[in-house]
This record gives sequence, C-alpha cells and structure tokens, in this order.
Amino acid sequence: MRSALLDRGLWPLRLERRARPSRAMRLAASPLAAALMLAMGVCLSSLLGKDPWAAFSVFFIEPFSSLYGVGELLLKATPLMICALGLALGYRANVWNIGAEGQLTIGAIAGSGVALFHAAALGAWALPLMLVAGIAGGMLWAAIPALLRTRFNTSEIFVSLMLVYVAQLFLAYLVRGPWRDPAGQNFPQSQAFADNAMVPMLVDGARANWGFALALAFALLAWWFGARTAAGFRMRVCGLAPAAARYAGISTQATIWVAMLIGGGAAGLAGILEVAGPIGMLQPVISPGYGFTAIIVACVGRLHPIGIVFAALLIAALYLGGESAQIELQLPASVSGLFQSVLLFFLLAAELFIHYRLRRVRT
Amino acid sequence: MRLFTGLPGVCTVRITTGCNVHDAMPRTPTRAASERGPMIAAGPPRLALRGITKRYGETIANDSVDLDVAVGQIHALLGENGAGKSTLMKIVAGVVTPDAGRIEWQGEPVSIRSPAQARRLGIGMVFQHFALFDTLTVAENIALALGEPPPGRELVARIAAVGARYGVPIDAQRRVHALSVGECQRVEIVRCLLQDPRLLILDEPTSVLTPQAVLALFETLRRLAAEGLSILYISHKLGEIRALCDVATVMRHGRVSGTALPRAESDASLARLMIGADLPECRLQPLPAGEVRLALRDWSLPSADPYGTNLQNIDLEVRGAELVGIAGVSGNGQAELLAGLSGETLSADARAIRIGGRDMGRLGAAARRRAGLRYVPEERLGRGTVPEMDLGENCVLTGAGKGLVRRGLVQRDAARRYARGIIARFSVKAPGERAAAASLSGGNLQKFIVGREIGFAPRLLLVAQPTWGVDVGAALKIRQALIDLRDAGVAILVLCEELEELFAICDRIAVLARGRLSPALPRSHWTAESIGVAMTGDFGALGVA
Repeated sequence: MRSALLDRGLWPLRLERRARPSRAMRLAASPLAAALMLAMGVCLSSLLGKDPWAAFSVFFIEPFSSLYGVGELLLKATPLMICALGLALGYRANVWNIGAEGQLTIGAIAGSGVALFHAAALGAWALPLMLVAGIAGGMLWAAIPALLRTRFNTSEIFVSLMLVYVAQLFLAYLVRGPWRDPAGQNFPQSQAFADNAMVPMLVDGARANWGFALALAFALLAWWFGARTAAGFRMRVCGLAPAAARYAGISTQATIWVAMLIGGGAAGLAGILEVAGPIGMLQPVISPGYGFTAIIVACVGRLHPIGIVFAALLIAALYLGGESAQIELQLPASVSGLFQSVLLFFLLAAELFIHYRLRRVRT
Repeated sequence: MRLFTGLPGVCTVRITTGCNVHDAMPRTPTRAASERGPMIAAGPPRLALRGITKRYGETIANDSVDLDVAVGQIHALLGENGAGKSTLMKIVAGVVTPDAGRIEWQGEPVSIRSPAQARRLGIGMVFQHFALFDTLTVAENIALALGEPPPGRELVARIAAVGARYGVPIDAQRRVHALSVGECQRVEIVRCLLQDPRLLILDEPTSVLTPQAVLALFETLRRLAAEGLSILYISHKLGEIRALCDVATVMRHGRVSGTALPRAESDASLARLMIGADLPECRLQPLPAGEVRLALRDWSLPSADPYGTNLQNIDLEVRGAELVGIAGVSGNGQAELLAGLSGETLSADARAIRIGGRDMGRLGAAARRRAGLRYVPEERLGRGTVPEMDLGENCVLTGAGKGLVRRGLVQRDAARRYARGIIARFSVKAPGERAAAASLSGGNLQKFIVGREIGFAPRLLLVAQPTWGVDVGAALKIRQALIDLRDAGVAILVLCEELEELFAICDRIAVLARGRLSPALPRSHWTAESIGVAMTGDFGALGVA
C-alpha cells in the first residue's frame, strides 16, 4: 500500500539514508525518547482524568524531595547500573547475554553461602569474600551458555534466558529447604545476615549504601576497559565488524568467554549487593526483574558507561514514581512497566533517524 | 517478441544515421561542458538530463550535470571513483531523487520516483553485483523481476528467443548456483531485455569476464544498439570504451568535464580528461629473486560454502624481491585462496603452507601476521577496516604487534601518528586521522589500507584487487608502492582480475581456474589469449610439465 503511494508520489515524505550517521542524533536519541515518554505520560494522565501536572509531580518530584527518597533512588539504580554495565560490554561485542537475572540470583546465593555459614569466623573479611563469591557465582552461571556457545554453537540468548528460571527455582528450593531459618516460623527465608556481612550505609537517614559508590567505580572501570585496553578494543571490533575481526586474527571464542564472564560477574555482584543490602537475607524473590530491566538500561544508555549511569537513574526513578503513583493516584502497578516499554519504543524509533532522515519528495 | 515495438517513426530514422552523425562531428577532442552531446536534428534524444544536482550533506555528488543519450547510441560515462557516475545513474534508475534539475524522456519531462517507474518507462540497469537467487532457476529468477510474467513454457521460449537473437544464449532451466559469473551477467542482461527497455545501463560490466567473453558482450551490445536501444556504459577501462562507445561523457568532481569521441582519442588523452593531468608510468626493473618466503605444496582446501570452490593440489613459490600475480575471474577459488593464505580459514595439513620457512597451515591469522605475512583484502569496508572506527583505531586493528598495543593497552597517540603518516604519504583524502573509515571513498580507503600494511614492514604481502574501483592516479601510486616494496626485497602475491595491471607489475603470473592453479610463468610467457584459455581451466597448452 505504502509503496503504491510512493510510486504515485502521493506520499509526500520519504526515508532517505544519510550520507553519514548523524552525531547530533546519536546524542539526542535517548533524551528525545525520554521527552516523548513524558509527553505520552501527560496525554495518558489527561485521558484518565487526572491533572497532568499533579501526576508529573507525583511521579517525578515528590519521591525525590527528601533525603530518604534520593537514597531510595540510588539504591534502586545500583543493581540496574551494575548489571547494565556488564551486559553492555558484551552487547558491544555482539554477545547477547539475556540471563543477567539468573546470574544475579546465583551470585546472591553464592555470596549468601559465605554470609550464612562463615561470617562469624571471617570478621572484617566477610563482606569482601561475599562480594568475590557473588561475582564468581554469576560468572559460573554465565559460563554455561559461554561453553555451549563456543563448543556447540548454541544460541547464548536462549540458554542464558532458560537458566534464569533454573536459578530462580534453585533459590526457591534453598530457602524452603536446606537454608531455611529454623527459627523463622516456617517462612521461606534464610537467617538474617550478621552485621559484618552487610554493606555499610552511605549516610544516616537513607537506605543507600556503598554499593552505589561501587557501581560508579565500576562504570569508570568499564569505560576504561572499553576505550583503552586491547581486550576492550578487540571486543568492539567483534561487535562492529565480525569479518574485520577474523581478518585481524581476533579470537571469537575468547571474546564470547570474556563478554559472558564480565556480564555474569557483574550480575552476580549486583545480586550479592542486593541481599547484603536492603534485603539482608535470602528469600524466594530477591529482584523485581533487575536483570531484565538492565537490558533496557543498557540500550537507553546506548551501551556507553556514562549513558548507562544516567539511564539507570532514570529507570530507577520510573520504578519509584510508579510506586508513588499507585499509592496517590490509584494507578495500576503496571504503570512503571508501561513507561519502561514506551521509553524503549521511542528510543528504537529515534535510533532510526541516526542513519536515516525524512525528506519531502518534490512533486 | 515485443522488443522495441511501438518506437516512434522518428527513432527508426535515427537508428540508421546513429553512427554517421558522430563521424560527421568535428574531431575536436573535447568540448566545453556547457555544450550538449551530439545534436540530433531528427528528433528528441532518448534521455536528456539538464542541470541535475544532488547533494549529500556538504558533498555535492552531482553539480548541474547535463547529459544527452541519443537513440541507438552507446554512450560511455567515464570518470574516476567518486566523480559522481554512480549517483547520476541511480537518479536515472529512480533509486535516488535529485535535488534540482530536469529529466526528459523521449522529449517529455518526467520525474522518476522509483525503480518500478523507471522500469515502466523502459530503463533497465545491469548492476555490477548481481541480484540473483542462487537456488532458483534462470526462468524463475527472471519471472520474479517481471511484473506479470507469462506462463512458464512461454517465458522459457522467450528467454531462448532473446538469447538466440542477441548472442546471449542461456539455458532457462538451469539453477543459478551452477552458472559461471559470465552466465549470471547474461541472465541479468536477458532479464532487462525482456522488459522492453529503451535504455540499458551497464555498470562496469566487464570486470567479471574473460577477454574472450568481453568480445562476445561487445558484439551483443552493438547488435542491440543497431536496433535502436540506447546504452549507457559506465567504466574506467579506457581501451574498452574506445573499442565500443560512440560518445563519452567524462565526469570529474561531480561535474561534466567534457565530452569526447572515444574512437578519436588515445588512452592517454582520455585519461587526461578524466584526471586533469598526465599519467606517469610504472617502471619494473628485473631483479634477482631472493629466498622462498611462501611455499604452497600440494595444498588442497575444501570450501565451507556449498556453492564455493574447493582448492585442489595447489603448488606455488613466491620469493623475496618478486611480484607474483594470480589472474582469474572471481568465483574460481579466489575467496577461498585468500582466506586460506591469510589464516582466516585453517588448512588440514600444516606443511602445505610454509611462510618464511615455517609450517603455518594450522596457524591462525594473528600467528601468520607475526611471521611477517601482511594482507590487503578485497573488501575494504567491514573486513580491511571497521567502518565505524576512526583511522587511528583502524591502524590498531592489524598493528597490535607493531607497537600500537603495549602492556595490554591501546596506544592511541602512536596509532594516530601512524595514521597521519599514511594520510600524508599516500595522499589519502580524509578530514584527518579521526575520520571514520566509512566516511572515506573506496579508493581513498584502499590507499589507507595498502599504506597501513606496507608501513608495518611485511616480509610477505598478499594483496587482493589492489586497484579495484580506485581512480587512475591513485592506482598508479599503489602500483608504484608495490613495485618499490618488491625492490626492497619483499615477496608479493597479487590476486587481480585486470590483466593489464598484472602485465604492468608482475614478474610471474599464474591463473586460477576452478580451484586449480596453473604454473606461475614469467610474464613474457603469457599473452592475453593464452591467459584467456587458461582461465577456462585448460592448462595443457601452456607448454610446461
């Protein structure tokens, strides 16, 4: 239909490939998508009969008008940022690890093992060892799809995704069975972690902890790795031009391993920071889907560490705004998911204009 | 056969007088761009472009271009790479819309908004790279291109009729993957002819043909032109244009720099029009060859691609201070040979490939590079360079062992300095070392890649299509750089489809045909005819054991 219109010249606009990708559009795509998402939010709340300004205030201003609220924002942003930074390094190398949620879960379990059974003996070493165990657990879970991909050419997308559910069921088994707190009145949860197994707070009066500082440090490290090291360079070449990687003699197998292990390790770190932070114990559900949302964060951040820092804060704000909208505006819980999807939708649309532009066809 | 029915009577008159008009033209070599092509008294030209302008950002691809193509004329469009030939043809074929200017088709102003509309007007284009489905038959491929194809048996009959009439015989029932490249091109031509074209555009059509097949193609084109078909022939091969075309429009920097009657010109005068300066010549002095740098012994390599070519029992030696060329039409194992030599594909037998005296058949590209092998691949964008990365980073791609990576860190300053050096030495037209590889034209990118690999001091250099799509001036520079490198003692192996080039730069030449390699004989041993015979896979006549 559209092509028939094009033929007859009735359709006045035409997509034309740009001579070179637009740098301005590349920078503007994410802010533009966020602005369009806000505009859609205004339309939506008007349609629902709410005052758009009041809704905006409930969503984006009230939750962060107190120190506690800002702390919550940083707390939510931490796991999203860490997972997304790890995933983005892999995505830039064309390795599509979708299973960060599962690697996060296994990381949390591995770190909790240290906390539950060895914390008393370790003293001040407990927390560092828990973090190392968390990273190792995430890496182990990511090593399975890496091994299957490099040995049997299976898709890392499907294997990593399916392993999410295996990990979650394993966690459910542990907290209902062997690791259940004997004094917990049969609730499916582990013992609470000892104080030396908890991440210290950043300031008084807010729940944010040193995990956020760790996340920022990780962002810096990820940027350095991608932009300065030869290994990061090789990964980018693999992602941008696989034939050039073969020509240069870069090992695809090594790239897949490095990408999967970094992504898994980061997710594992996020997992142990979550259970050793706001949660303080193992329970059947330890994440509201941080590992999946991190995929959106990585895309909105355009796979760049600095972009990811801001994208993680934005998505965390959407989570919190969604909660306050539920309470104050009686909007359904799915509203923050809706905003995330709309943001991604507008982002994909905006990305088209990096390589194309709209041109009026002369008649 | 409905070919060329419905031509206005005026046109038939033009057909008979087509050549005479040009012969009657004054034999001045060039005329100013503002003047039009041969004036035709008897009727409007088939295609007239007036003031066609097309910009991409700040670059002007076409700057008020005028062009007339008469009925029954074979009109050459000549120019260096980036001169704007392709953009102009895309405008005529409806792929790109111009920013300004008029198009007149048989005297009527038209605006061509889509390829479909161009086809309806009667404009057919044979692209340099074929668009055929490998798994379908010839007839099925042609049926796909026709809007309302006739029933199968009738179509087969029509393909046979067109093929017989114009000397492009083709078996409509064969599947495309079983065809040679020359046959694929015939399918493309027949496909265009079945759409009743009035204007046929051919983009570098001879780059995939043997010398004998080129002669057959020219015969076909002359027969078509004699029947009133207008032909626009894009090429940079001066000899062919002089042999085939009635008129040549020469483009330079997006403008028409002149028109010429090719038969009245020499290669040198045409080249001068094209590049605006005289061409220096390459010198190749005989040198004693050094020690063996590359030795292939009974090397066989099955292709991973089901439609690829298996390499069979290849023997070859390349010595220091020696330039060896491999001729042959692509699709005869070139891609497999290059991947197998560079280490992108590993061989089963380590001893089949010896580089610098070491068995390397089972070692990858990085190990072979460390042993002194450097490789300039045919695909410049996406293989030889990463399109999105800047020129400095693209030096790091193959420069890891040459000081551009230290202690696991990319040495960005050293890489940029190195890139600046290449840009200066090979006069690469680029805004600077921070320009993305994709922003360079094909020819400039080739100069950059050749410069990059030469600068890393190879002991053995493998080059695929060194000057493919590169303008004449740059091609000479690349050839001279290769010869200088040989004089400095490097062993060089060149794979190339252009025989003229091989004869200009090679000490010895071998022919690759159907996955087998002929013996590498001194260049004085060969003629264009004997290479043409060897390209068919018949090495018996070479007179060597």
